[in-house]
Amino acid sequence: MSTTKLPVLAEQGEPDTDEGRRALLKAAAAGTALAGLSGCAGFSMEDFLRKHFRELSPEELKRALAKVEAKNRAAFGRETHVTAEGPQEGVVFGYGLDISRCVGCRRCVYACVKENNQSRQHPQIHWITVLEMDKEHGVDLAHADAFYDAATVPRPGKFYFPVQCQQCRNPPCVKACPTQATWKEKDGIVVIDYDWCIGCRCCMSACPYGARHFNLAEPTLPAAELNPDQHYLGNRPRPKGVVEKCTFCIQRSRKGRYTACVEVCPVGARKFGNLLDPESEIRKVMETKRVFVFKEDLATQPQFYYFYAT
Amino acid sequence: MAIWSRNVRPRIELLASLAALALAASPATASEPAAKGAPPAARALEPLVQANTPPFSDGIFPCSGCHDPKAKVSLERRQLAFHDDQQSVLKHGEERWCLDCHDAQNRDVLRSAAGKPIPFTESYRLCGQCHGDKLRDWKVGVHGKRVGRWDGEKTYFLCVNCHNPHTPAWKGVSDVVVDGKRIVSPTLELLKPEPRPKRAEEQRQ
Repeated sequence: MSTTKLPVLAEQGEPDTDEGRRALLKAAAAGTALAGLSGCAGFSMEDFLRKHFRELSPEELKRALAKVEAKNRAAFGRETHVTAEGPQEGVVFGYGLDISRCVGCRRCVYACVKENNQSRQHPQIHWITVLEMDKEHGVDLAHADAFYDAATVPRPGKFYFPVQCQQCRNPPCVKACPTQATWKEKDGIVVIDYDWCIGCRCCMSACPYGARHFNLAEPTLPAAELNPDQHYLGNRPRPKGVVEKCTFCIQRSRKGRYTACVEVCPVGARKFGNLLDPESEIRKVMETKRVFVFKEDLATQPQFYYFYAT
Repeated sequence: MAIWSRNVRPRIELLASLAALALAASPATASEPAAKGAPPAARALEPLVQANTPPFSDGIFPCSGCHDPKAKVSLERRQLAFHDDQQSVLKHGEERWCLDCHDAQNRDVLRSAAGKPIPFTESYRLCGQCHGDKLRDWKVGVHGKRVGRWDGEKTYFLCVNCHNPHTPAWKGVSDVVVDGKRIVSPTLELLKPEPRPKRAEEQRQ
């Protein structure tokens, strides 16, 4: 295209510090690179220069939330309620999935789409992938099919293995993110700040579970199907070019509710609760059933457990 | 300790302890809840966990609408002239028949193996007589389904919300409306899966 030399970061001051970064961005904003960007629909300088989510003051956070609500109003013509509820004290979430019960009906997939405002078609984004596997081979990705089509389920000789974000204690995606747009919260939920995501997809290639999904095109979400109960780090509508993933329905679980997939599962294969509470369902599962984590050898240490109740 | 106290004691446990109190009126057992740190009156004020409504066929309950409690009932095992829906699918072990579980005189309740009445809303106690391992798992939330709050009030699905007691092997469930209430009821057909996800090449417009 042209022979323009790209700016080298080190020449532009100290980008490691917040001031350095802001100074750099402000300097860059004056340049031609951003002149094009600011012409984009929905782009504002304030969004672009916003501090990291965890450094926002209560006042700034309130403004950010109001802004999302205003954006929703403009884009969908609907009133929404956006919160940024933090993790509860003394709570670490754990999720259990009973492989011996799941029948592969995919109700969870679509309940999740509805609850979390995913793009419906082009791109179609599902946070849960249900794999059909052979009983003969056991849990083996070499004999797994995510695109099974059946008149009725379960099919003989098959079992079903739903995969979603495993909320790793040692998350490779967080390490891979160059902008710290994704991080692990105190209650164990790995969240994404869509305003800080630059869409490089490093996290997607780092995730061994295929749990992260990219908005390759402008998301398609009918206004009538918008879930107005939203969380800033969860199900608020995403722009094109950002990565998204399961957040254990952060907008529900942080308020004490079960996730949408737990509530829709017709076989009760999905269990959710506080790992620090010895009376919780997930603890009872771990204490009395055969439990394993997916791809244990990668030492990602998921907070998502598979188990066999029979 | 603060986080434990948020957990409400399931209603079934409360019922069980109340039942234990009622059955054994000796002072020794009466002191048992006090040992747990709360008098029965205080514990009754805790938010209760609800069990889901049993999925009766529309308009069939109360059974005493047709069955006169005073009528003389033959306990002979026989083919019935009514309740074809249940009789035709009855496949629960080898030897079961109606009056093993339904009370012969008061049809509005079930009947334990020991002859004690069990209301339909607590049918899990009847099922648990044989399926004790499942009842144990269900009470702690490992078997079966709950909706509501992970940290508080939740609704338990009864055994019969998912398993037809007359033919208990799980096939599928569907939402039904009975007496204006939306409840889950077992079906006799397997579930049809939701559409498969689009492959990458199908996503291109």
